[in-house]
Amino acid sequence: MLARLGIEPGDEAYYAEQLSGILEHIDRLQQLDTEHIPPTAQVVEVASRLREDEPRPSLTQEEALANAPAAVNGFFRVPSIQEET
Amino acid sequence: MTDDLTRLTVKEAHRLLRLGSVSAADMVTAHVERIERLDPHVKAYLRFTPELWEKQAAEADRLIHEGESRPLLGIPIAIKDVLCVRGVETTAGSQILKGFRPPYTATAVQRLFDAGALMLGVTNCDEFAMGSSTENSSYFPTRNPWDLERVPGGSSGGSAAAVAAGEAMIALGTDTGGSIRQPAALCGVVGMKPTYGRVSRYGLIAFASSLDQVGPFARSVDDAAVVLSLMSGFDPLDATSSERPGMEVLNNYGAGVKGMRLGVPREYYDVKGIEPGVKAAIDAALAVLRMQGAETVDVSLPHTDYGLAAYYIIAPAECSSNLARFDGVRYGLSEVDAPNITEQYLETRRKGFGGEVLRRVMLGTYALSSGYYDAYYLKAQKVRTLIKRDFDEAFKKCDAIVSATSPTVAFPLGAKTQDPLSMYLCDVLTLGGNLAGLPGISVPCGTSDGLPVGLQVLAPQWGENVALRVARAYEEASQVTAQVADVV
Amino acid sequence: MSSTWEIVIGMEVHVQPRTRSKMFCGCAIGELGDPPNTHVCEVCLGLPGVLPVPNKAAVEACLKTALALGCEIPRHTKFDRKNYMYPDLPKGYQISQYDLPMSVNGHLEVGGHKVRIRRVHLEEDTGKLVHAGDKLHKAWESYVDLNRAGVPLMEIVTEPDIRSADQARDYAMELRTLLRTIGASEADMEKGQLRAEPNVSIRRQGSEELGVKTELKNINSFRALHRAILFEVDRHRQVLESGGTVVQETRGWSEAEQRTFSQRSKELAEDYRYFPEPDIPPLELDPPWIERLREALPEMPAPRRERLVRAHGLPASDVAVIGADRELADLFEGAVATGAAAKQVANWIVGEVAPTGKLPSAANLGELVKLVTDGSITRDQGREVLAESVETGRTPAEIVAEHGFQQVSDESELRVLAQAVIDANPKAAADFRGGKKQAMQALMAELRKRAPQANPRAANEVLIRLLS
Ligand SMILES: [Zn+2]
Repeated sequence: MLARLGIEPGDEAYYAEQLSGILEHIDRLQQLDTEHIPPTAQVVEVASRLREDEPRPSLTQEEALANAPAAVNGFFRVPSIQEET
Repeated sequence: MTDDLTRLTVKEAHRLLRLGSVSAADMVTAHVERIERLDPHVKAYLRFTPELWEKQAAEADRLIHEGESRPLLGIPIAIKDVLCVRGVETTAGSQILKGFRPPYTATAVQRLFDAGALMLGVTNCDEFAMGSSTENSSYFPTRNPWDLERVPGGSSGGSAAAVAAGEAMIALGTDTGGSIRQPAALCGVVGMKPTYGRVSRYGLIAFASSLDQVGPFARSVDDAAVVLSLMSGFDPLDATSSERPGMEVLNNYGAGVKGMRLGVPREYYDVKGIEPGVKAAIDAALAVLRMQGAETVDVSLPHTDYGLAAYYIIAPAECSSNLARFDGVRYGLSEVDAPNITEQYLETRRKGFGGEVLRRVMLGTYALSSGYYDAYYLKAQKVRTLIKRDFDEAFKKCDAIVSATSPTVAFPLGAKTQDPLSMYLCDVLTLGGNLAGLPGISVPCGTSDGLPVGLQVLAPQWGENVALRVARAYEEASQVTAQVADVV
Repeated sequence: MSSTWEIVIGMEVHVQPRTRSKMFCGCAIGELGDPPNTHVCEVCLGLPGVLPVPNKAAVEACLKTALALGCEIPRHTKFDRKNYMYPDLPKGYQISQYDLPMSVNGHLEVGGHKVRIRRVHLEEDTGKLVHAGDKLHKAWESYVDLNRAGVPLMEIVTEPDIRSADQARDYAMELRTLLRTIGASEADMEKGQLRAEPNVSIRRQGSEELGVKTELKNINSFRALHRAILFEVDRHRQVLESGGTVVQETRGWSEAEQRTFSQRSKELAEDYRYFPEPDIPPLELDPPWIERLREALPEMPAPRRERLVRAHGLPASDVAVIGADRELADLFEGAVATGAAAKQVANWIVGEVAPTGKLPSAANLGELVKLVTDGSITRDQGREVLAESVETGRTPAEIVAEHGFQQVSDESELRVLAQAVIDANPKAAADFRGGKKQAMQALMAELRKRAPQANPRAANEVLIRLLS
């Protein structure tokens, strides 16, 4: 269940086809020899950004739940966590 | 008279406001009237924020009256729907965030508010900034003010169209692969993406975190420069923001191009699919720059052909993770009455995400999954290194790189929606700047078939002032300035 | 345990470092029992557009722990995203560390046995789920409280070097002592500040291959840790000896039923799709920074315990208490340094101070022990003085003077007092003289009623002398 996307069964082929073009294009990367090339995860040289351990005010419970689709007694409510069998 | 106020640059408006010949309230009225007349056609805005502009205009008029001067006092601006504004519905162009009102304001926006700006509303964009035409908005497509049958570009198409149509003096956009520069080019306005880390990303709803940057749309290089300088600088809420002083983006940027070396990458100049009219406009622009004393030199970016592939692994990989938080638990659309949590996730995301978002999340999930990580994600990161090195090499031979911003002018609505790869290719000249973290600007450089063409200037990291300098010199010498489109 | 099986245990321990705010945002760390969702902000709620900024104190606590465990600290480290969707995980990923952890390759000595530490890294906690209905598999809905979400956690992972339930418990206890000693964590298991998750497997004696392991969770005390492992080892043995195979899975310990039960075997195949966290720049672990942290570390528990035995001659039972807590050990050595007798100081700490958890200053404790030892005050009075000294911070001498606790040992004063008691109780005095030794008790009781501050031993001697 890839990334829990909720693709309808009939749509899988449609998306696969749409992706095939870009996947084919992406495969050109395999032509490059990158064995000795380091990866770049972050492009700008910034390092060691730490914050002092100082508490800041939190949101109130009302603010925290203001956008909640379902809230009960200060909690966010979710359906049963039981996985389908 | 009021309509004229919507044609001003910030610089001109600022002077009139300070003289007291117009008020901030007048500014708002003029823009709201124009929006009411034009936006039903252009559809640049998703929603309006009268509660903000009323308060902000009153405050601006009070400050002006007291003789206080702030750089954007009384200037009406528009904000792309991916930048959070406290209490204002912010949805990233998506159904999944419908009704979401953030309890915080993006740092970039807050800094413009602090400088006196007035917020008119929220502009349309491709869903989660994924797209190059604004047709992926889950609400409606935005039209190009120069031809309503054509797209404004994207993903920040609403912001570009608003500035082009005189519906805002300044607009903010975000640029992950070209999402400011390409719509700026297609709408005939100035748009700038800063160096990665120059502007705080706090409050920007992330698409691809290592590529996203916030930047301005304006109708002059000077306006873009001043707005950028106000947004720039360290933010303790963004660990990737730079400590360099924001004002350095203005260093010496009015000095002209005499003696500068401008690199013309052959891979960009002759990029596949470039339209002859676009190429002609770029040739003319290069001639103007040479007449101003710049030297154009050939440079090469040999890995250009791999940039799109690397980009379409890295950006979807990051987005697949960034979008995992849209689960219907704490905010946004939710199928909260599903029988179990798995069903809630599936139903919420199926209903909430559009096709392009689903495609990219799938692609990114695939690229990060075990067994494919090395071949895709890691490989793409290594190619990112190669692309960055290409630019490093090129900048040894030149001060800035110039090219077209987009290989084409604005294309008709629907022309590329059925073929994702053709849409992705819109960004082929811009996404290298994101992969390498470079600052880049697009300035209007004439038209092709009556549609705007943009000139892109890329500079080394932290060289916004260099890019601005070239763009400003071109704007001044060519007398090609952003025009306000009179749509109807 | 049949002699043919060898137990193999590796431990994953999650420890909450001592910080005032969360790992990546400024929310204060809440207490157990706080109202739900009252220590949350846009960052730890995972609202769109917000960014994590790492807490320096959490990073330093993790580095100090790594140094105390003798780990290697690399020059660079980074955070990674561990992707999975669960309602207690607001962002849909946990910020953790994958291939470049903050430290590797340490060890901890437990009862002469060396347990190798594979890695110590930093991550964030998840929120808490409350299920409607009594059990997860019966719940029709659940409630999410994110107060814990984003609380910093250090994960300390051992190699599979532990060979018994006893050793596993001792490892966890020794780790707690170490963490408290260096001030990295309060490591209170009941508050969830230290969570031990053993991986248990067994194999044929002499075999080099590892058996299939099960990971145990929901363990809330050292005792539960011990029992859960014993139970699980026995379960493995029964499965294997009856020809079955152990299923690799996560099992929860039920305190009520005193057994483990299967929690999650289905999620074994979960692919976490780790990748570098793009929102946090890599951390440079500059050698001068690391050296400063190393130099600031206090003496480790093991050498200190050795010194308590060697230099002060304390018995193992005292060392077990005093050596397990840096503050108690500091108090002990400080009080001894004032000239108080070591064994007496130890008795007072083990008997009076440790059970209350309220510590006097070392100077005050030293003074108090000396007052009791030289007979100036009684032991009972000493307890009172100690309590008051802890409460007010005043010195025992001041308190004794104010209460008139000072014992009267002066011979001439006691003689007057004793004579008065004898005169007032002629019958008891006569009984004593007549050989009824127990009559002395009545006389002493009378004397102490009149003068509680009298030194009982000295008074007793004076009475005997006057009556003989
Ligand atoms: Zn928080």
